[in-house]
Amino acid sequence: MPAADLVANVVVSGILTGLVYGLMALGLSVIFGVVRVVNFAHGEMMTIAMYMATVLFAALKLDPFLAMLPVAAAFFVFGYALQAGLINPFITRPEHSQFMLLVAVAIILVNAMLMVFGPDARNVQVDYQLESFELGPLLVDKARLFAAIAAVVAAAAFFAFFRYTLTGKAIRACADNYLGARIVGLNVKHLYALTFGLGAVCVAIAGCAMVLLVDVTPPLGPSYTLLAFVIVIVGGLGSMGGALLGGVLIGVSEALAGLFITPSAKSMFSFGLLILVLLLRPQGLLGKRA
Amino acid sequence: MNRNRALTPIYLLTGLAAILVALPFFVGNYALSVATLILYFAYTGQAWNVMMGFAGQLSLGHALYVGVGAYAAGALFFYYGIGPWAGLWLAIALCVALGLVIGFLAFRFGISGVYFALLTIAFAEFTRIGFDHFGWTGGPGGMFLRVAQRDTWDLANFRGPPLMYYYAMLFLTAGAFALCAWLLRSRAGYYWQAIREDEEAARALGINAFRWKLLAVAISAAMTAVAGVFFAFYYNNLFPEQIFHISRSIEIILGPVIGGVGTLFGPLLGAAVLTLLSDGISDALNALGLDIPGVKQVFYGLVLLCVVMFLPHGIWPPIARRLRL
Amino acid sequence: MKRRQFNKALAVAGALAAVNPFAIVRAQAQKLKVGVILPRSGYLGFIGQSCQKGADLAPGVIKELLGVELELMNADFESNVDTARTRAERLIQEGAHVLVGPFDSGAASAIAQVAEQRGIPFVINIAAAPQITEQGYKFVFRNFQTAGDIVRNGLDLIGELFQATSTVPRTAVFMHVNDTFGQAMAKGINAVLPRRTQLPFKIVDQIGYDPAAKDLSVEVSKAKATNADFLLLVCRLNDAIILRREMVKQRWQPMGIVSPGSPGMYEEQYFKTLGKLSEYSISNVPWYNPKSNMTQRVEAAFKKANPKDNLVFHGLNVGFTFEAILIAADAFKRAKSTDPKALAEAIRQTNITEKMSLGGPIKFNDKGQVEGIGSACVQNLNLLPTVVLPQEAATAKPVFPVPGYKKT
Repeated sequence: MPAADLVANVVVSGILTGLVYGLMALGLSVIFGVVRVVNFAHGEMMTIAMYMATVLFAALKLDPFLAMLPVAAAFFVFGYALQAGLINPFITRPEHSQFMLLVAVAIILVNAMLMVFGPDARNVQVDYQLESFELGPLLVDKARLFAAIAAVVAAAAFFAFFRYTLTGKAIRACADNYLGARIVGLNVKHLYALTFGLGAVCVAIAGCAMVLLVDVTPPLGPSYTLLAFVIVIVGGLGSMGGALLGGVLIGVSEALAGLFITPSAKSMFSFGLLILVLLLRPQGLLGKRA
Repeated sequence: MNRNRALTPIYLLTGLAAILVALPFFVGNYALSVATLILYFAYTGQAWNVMMGFAGQLSLGHALYVGVGAYAAGALFFYYGIGPWAGLWLAIALCVALGLVIGFLAFRFGISGVYFALLTIAFAEFTRIGFDHFGWTGGPGGMFLRVAQRDTWDLANFRGPPLMYYYAMLFLTAGAFALCAWLLRSRAGYYWQAIREDEEAARALGINAFRWKLLAVAISAAMTAVAGVFFAFYYNNLFPEQIFHISRSIEIILGPVIGGVGTLFGPLLGAAVLTLLSDGISDALNALGLDIPGVKQVFYGLVLLCVVMFLPHGIWPPIARRLRL
Repeated sequence: MKRRQFNKALAVAGALAAVNPFAIVRAQAQKLKVGVILPRSGYLGFIGQSCQKGADLAPGVIKELLGVELELMNADFESNVDTARTRAERLIQEGAHVLVGPFDSGAASAIAQVAEQRGIPFVINIAAAPQITEQGYKFVFRNFQTAGDIVRNGLDLIGELFQATSTVPRTAVFMHVNDTFGQAMAKGINAVLPRRTQLPFKIVDQIGYDPAAKDLSVEVSKAKATNADFLLLVCRLNDAIILRREMVKQRWQPMGIVSPGSPGMYEEQYFKTLGKLSEYSISNVPWYNPKSNMTQRVEAAFKKANPKDNLVFHGLNVGFTFEAILIAADAFKRAKSTDPKALAEAIRQTNITEKMSLGGPIKFNDKGQVEGIGSACVQNLNLLPTVVLPQEAATAKPVFPVPGYKKT
């Protein structure tokens, strides 16, 4: 039986990492909730954000937390263009067709990164990266704490946007009733593109935070895509709060599974959780019944 | 889908079959191994198509059945020296059972569309990591089947020269084609298509959608299991990381989607186009001296993107229309 | 880019030299076409490109050495086993007389099959899964240690390390990557360690982690909590880097990190990303003898082809890839023919004493497995992988426990 302080340490780090995961998944969830398209290139987009952060750091010594602004801006444009140019014509196509489209996008993105950056792992090296706070028996990794705070702030901003701004409300109207939204004169295609852009911003911020915790390589993309799926399904596909909750849940459960079972089997635990949720509560923990 | 002109496809098929049977006498071993690969993807694509193309159930985890089939037959041979002809039945039985369990759970709980697709991914990934920790089949270390001298055809143990594997795969692909052609015209085929187009309406007409969907899953799983057995004895070494990986599932899907979902010729055509394309791109890039890692796959992705965008129903339907099939 | 173009220019120059009629007079009547299959892209890309450097310099060095003409036919198998298989088929189709490669057990077994079917000799440069030479192949040869050999040699060197530094650690925590290689190593360690009674330590916990792990904080917390004296680690590259950083974050300073035989900690990338933190890590691996004549020759050629690189960061990859080609060339010289059967027979009779790697002469047993390759204890000192044991090859003294060691 592991000691209590070991469990506490592992749980805290699981929660912090989980919040960053949650922000990444939030992007996926928002896009699905509105556009009804599952972004199979989500993890690949995340790795691009991570690469951009490493490049900005290498070239301008820009701290990844500051890099969030330019990367997010670039991603918004990228996301908007991707939806407006490629995905909008696919809205009415069958799911497997949408799936193939995004798989093709994912293949191009992963390999373009391989071409540009090569197979080596890249990272940023900021001075606080190897430091940690000591709080009694807890050792909290500084970078991880900052990353989690950034994720929470970003997520809060998103909640506020969708709840209080006119555009946010219009997007939600679109999600609730596509036809109705068109009838009252909303430019649905524009709103869809806007949503995809915002989802991409989530990914951009999550990527900049994540690069402090993880070295980036091109094959990281597909594994993040899968992780994001697991999180949003567990939390509730389309639910914003669910994505964050799912992130924390997966973060903590993987950490605990690593501690109590063998660490290499820990993602089996997440997939098991995913299967259970799909069977028992397919709308996810916080999702509404369709 | 016009079935009145039944004769034209028969001419086409006979011609194609004759070419494929004669192929080994005209090409070298390299081309033969590429042809075997094409047939393998045509076959697995056909199997996947039963579930998606006919019954409308999107599976993104077909690598699961390839892997379980391969490991079942492989383990029997490795530990007990039992050849693939017996292993085949174990593989089929296991995969059908697995497919039924997944299908039962999913359909009983009303899971469909994207959710069903993600469920199939989850089962495949779950199994992959499970096999990584399953010592009996070698875990991540892999399972290596003994290789005998390969000059002669040893059909009992499915050991022989590349030619044998080519003909085996050709036979399987032809069989799958015939089976699917028959299925499409059978009562099951019509029910499936009704379910695919509108499940509510099909049920209103008294079709037991639950049972027919399970049947589609079972047939698809059984067919894929056979591909798994072939995989085990062709490659002779099995690693969970390679065989169950999601990219394997995607490879299986690419052929029929590019060729034309729900059509009989789609999986064949798609597999041929994609495999030759992949080979052709590497040749072209080599000739140009562009050997930067990743370039080939970027081109591949671009071609895929164009096909998906501009030929929404795949390559085959427009060709069929042109040929007035 | 530049380097690649430069290599290409070299290759062209070599080809031109080969058609030069005056050169042909002295050389043998034919050229040996060597198909080199390496993972130059995909997740093994970094190591594959490193191995390729060893292949690229081989024709030049070998021509000088044996007077034999070689032509390399390079193929990238993209870290994908299926591709490895088709690339092997294609190389044979295009006339390769012998295949060399591929730094990966999975790919090695796929290529081995093609080679066996087609009766073309295949010399494996690096791949440790023991099964490859147990499957009954007649045309497959491996000039590398199997996982079992690596473990035995690695553990013996750990014993020597403790003696040389007069330390007696009592406990170790064993962490290993849970992939093909890591698992073969773990199996080997669990089988061999109990029989090495002269080793003073016990393994208190065994922690296997995912090869694609992005974050090893839980694993390190768990390892730290065991209070073990030192960390016994079987890793690859990326995970080794993540692990080392996480140890600093969690303020865990054991007596040292010792690998009983795995890649990772002597790789250039490890030094580049970790800087000072890479210092003192120890890997007991099949290595080249820095003092041997062959090494000096190869090193000179390497410097010429890669002026910005240091052989020591590519040592294992370059060394074994070069030796695999050397074996083929040597057999070609003796067989005086490119007939595959004659070549395979000649490879079987190989007895090369003048070589880069440590240990006895290169000789194959009847399974095609080489015997007697030695390992070295390689410690990272002053930001360079440095041989510290065995004494006859050592260029520095081992440091253990590491400075800053803190009993928790």
